Amino acid sequence: MEDILLKNKLDKEQEYFINMGPQHPSTHGVLRLLVNLQGETVKDLKPYCGYIHRGIEKMCERYTYSQIIHLTDRLDYMSAHINNEAVCLLVENALQIEVSDRVKYIRTIIDELTRIASHQLWWAAAGMDLGALTTFFYGLRDREKILDIFEETCGGRLLVSYNCPGGLMYDIHPNFQKKVKEFLIYFKKKLPEYDQLLSGNVIFVQRMKNVGLLTKEKAISFGVTGPSGRASGFSSDIRKKEPYSAYGNVKFKEILREEGDSLARYKCRIDEMWESMNIIEQLIDNIPDGSYFTKMKPIIKLPEGEYYQRVEACRGEFGVYISSKGEKNPYRVKFRSPNFFNLSALDHMSRNQKIADLVAIMSSLDLVIPDIDR
Amino acid sequence: MFLYDFSELTSSIHNSISSVMSPLATTVVEMVIAGIVFLLFYALVGLILVYAERKICAFFQCRLGPMRVGKWGLMQTIADFIKLLMKELIMIKNADKLLFNLAPFIVIIASFLAIGAIPFAKGLHALDFDIGVLYVMAVSSIGVLGILLAGWSSNNKYSLIGAMRSGAQVVSYELSVGLSLMTIVVLAGTMQFSEIVEAQNTGWFIFKGHIPALIAFVIFIISSTAETNRGPFDLAEAESELTAGFHTEYSGIKFALFFLGEYMNMFIVASIAATVFLGGWMPLHIVGLDSFNMIMDYIPPFIWFISKTAIIIFIMMWIKWTFPRLRIDQLLTLEWKYLLPINLVNITLMALCVLNQWHF
Repeated sequence: MEDILLKNKLDKEQEYFINMGPQHPSTHGVLRLLVNLQGETVKDLKPYCGYIHRGIEKMCERYTYSQIIHLTDRLDYMSAHINNEAVCLLVENALQIEVSDRVKYIRTIIDELTRIASHQLWWAAAGMDLGALTTFFYGLRDREKILDIFEETCGGRLLVSYNCPGGLMYDIHPNFQKKVKEFLIYFKKKLPEYDQLLSGNVIFVQRMKNVGLLTKEKAISFGVTGPSGRASGFSSDIRKKEPYSAYGNVKFKEILREEGDSLARYKCRIDEMWESMNIIEQLIDNIPDGSYFTKMKPIIKLPEGEYYQRVEACRGEFGVYISSKGEKNPYRVKFRSPNFFNLSALDHMSRNQKIADLVAIMSSLDLVIPDIDR
Repeated sequence: MFLYDFSELTSSIHNSISSVMSPLATTVVEMVIAGIVFLLFYALVGLILVYAERKICAFFQCRLGPMRVGKWGLMQTIADFIKLLMKELIMIKNADKLLFNLAPFIVIIASFLAIGAIPFAKGLHALDFDIGVLYVMAVSSIGVLGILLAGWSSNNKYSLIGAMRSGAQVVSYELSVGLSLMTIVVLAGTMQFSEIVEAQNTGWFIFKGHIPALIAFVIFIISSTAETNRGPFDLAEAESELTAGFHTEYSGIKFALFFLGEYMNMFIVASIAATVFLGGWMPLHIVGLDSFNMIMDYIPPFIWFISKTAIIIFIMMWIKWTFPRLRIDQLLTLEWKYLLPINLVNITLMALCVLNQWHF
C-alpha cells in the first residue's frame, strides 16, 4: 500500500486516494478499489482482488469430478446452476454420454430461472446503489417465488446443486410445471412495474445515460461478455453460438444494443428477463418423458487430454478448462469467470467520471466478487 | 370566529408569574418554561417522525416495518433511543476533538432556533418577529455549518466528500428556498409569520396567488427537501457512495443528534410550507359556503396546522422512497440552470400580479 502510494506520487495537485472497499456498501462484496480522485472526479482506479480468494482451482485438483461441481457453485453464486452445468457438460462430452432430452429440457428451464433470479437481484441492487432503496424489496419479493420453486425441486435455494454428471440429482417435483407457469403469469405483470419504478425515471436515466461508455472494440479487447458486452454490440451469447442443452430447440433473440453505456446495460438485462421467460414458455409444456439420470460408473475418470466447455452464465461467458491425465482427479483446472474480465474494463469505463458514476457503472456491470477471486 | 386565541393563555401565565416575581426573574422563568416545552415537543416530534418514516417506508416497500416492540411496534423508536443512549461514543484518533464534539450540537441548535418562530396556533409561538421569514432562513442555514464541521473534523475522506457536497448543495438551494418564500412575501406584504397567516383568512396563498404561488410552492418543496439533505438529494450521506457521508464516524447519542436534527429540519420546512402556502393554522374557507366554513371552524387550529404539516412531510417521504439519488453536478445544474431562473421569473410574475390586482 505504502509503495503504491509512493510510486503513484501525487504528481498532479489536488489528487488524493480513497480505498473503496474491501468493506463498502456498493462493491457488493470484498472488492477493493484504490481510487485516485480529483475532487469528485475519478482519475483512475486499480482493483485489488484476493480478499475472498479460496484457491478453488487448486482445490479442484484434489477432488473427483462429481465433487468439483459443487465447488463451481461458490464462484458466481447467483448463477450456481449454470456453473454446475458447465462441468457436467464437460464430463458428459468427454465421456461421450448422451443425456436424455428430459434432462436437457429441465436443465435449460432451471438455467433460465436462475438467470431471471440473478437479474432480479441485480435490478434490486442497482436501484439501491443509485439511492432508490424501494427497488431492493420489489426485486427480492419476486425473486422469492423462483427460490421457492428451486427449493421444492432441487432442495437448495441459492446453491441448488441439482446437476450431476449424467443428468440430475432427482426428478422434478410434481408441482414444478404448475409453479413455473404461475410464476410466469405473475412476473409478466410485475416486470412492467420495474420499468415504471426505475427505467422511466428522469433522475435514473440522467444517472445512467452516457455513463461508463464502452465501445464494441474495447468490449472485445477486455473480454467483456454477457449482457454487459452485448450492450456494447459484442455478440457473445454462447446459447446462440454453441447451443448446449435444449437451447438449440428454442427460438429466442440475442439482446444486442449499440450504445454501450450504463443505461444500455440496464436495458439489456431487463430485456433478457423477457427473453428468458420466452424460453421457459416454449419448454415448460414440452418436457419429454424419459430418465432424469444416465447410469454412469461410480468413479468417473476422464480420458487423457484437454477439455474446454463454455456456457452462458448470468454475467457472461463461463468457461471450464480441464486437463486430465486419466486419473479420477483432474490434473489442472482453470475457470474462465466472466466477472474477472468485466472488472478489468472498470478502470477504462470510469475514468474522468464522478465517484457517483463509478457506483452506477459497477452496478451496471453486476459484479459478483467471489467469481473474480475464485 | 371560533378560533381560540392562545395569547389569552400565555398572557394569563405571564400575569400570574409577574405578580410574584420581579420582571427579570419573570423573563428568566418564562424562557425556561418555553425551553422545556420546546424540548418536550422536540423529542415527541422526533419520536413520532422516526416511527412514521419507518412505517411509511415499510408500506412503500411491501413490508410491515417495526412490529415487535409494543403494539404495531409503537415502542420501537423509544427502544432505539435507549439503545443509542447506551452505545459507546467512539473517539477517532487524529480527529479534531472540539469540532467533532461540537458539530452535532450546532445542527441541533440551528433547528431549535428555527422551531421557535413557527406559529402553531393563534398566539401560540415563542418568537414573532416582524422579519420572521428572514430569521427562519438565517438560522436554518446555520445547520450546514455543523455538517461541514462534522465532515472536516472526522479525519475521514468519505466524510469530507460528504461535507463538501453538503456545503455546495445547501448554499445553492438556500437561494431557491429564499426566493420562493419571497414570492409569497411579495403577495402578503409582510414578513411576520402571524400576519402572513392572518392574511390567509380569506383563502390560502396557494389559491390566492394562483399560478405564481403554485410554482413557488413546488420549488419550495423541491429545494427544501434538498436543504434538509433528504433523498433524492441526500448526497451528503449518500449511503451507497460514501457509506454514511458526514456522520460516518459518529456513534451513539451524537449520531442520534444528527438523526434527530434531520427529522426536525424536515418538520420545520414542512411547517413553514404549511404556514406560508397552506394557511398555517387557518381553517379551509371557501367564499360563499358559509355553513361549510362554520364546520371547518370547529376543527381546532392546532389540528389544522399539524395535519397540513403531516401531509407535506408525507409528500417528502414519498419522494424520498421513490426516487434515485441525483449526482452532484446534476444537483447543481438543477438549481442554477432551472430552479433559480424559474424562481426569478416567478417573483417578477408575482410582483406583476400584485401590482395589477390579478390575485384573488
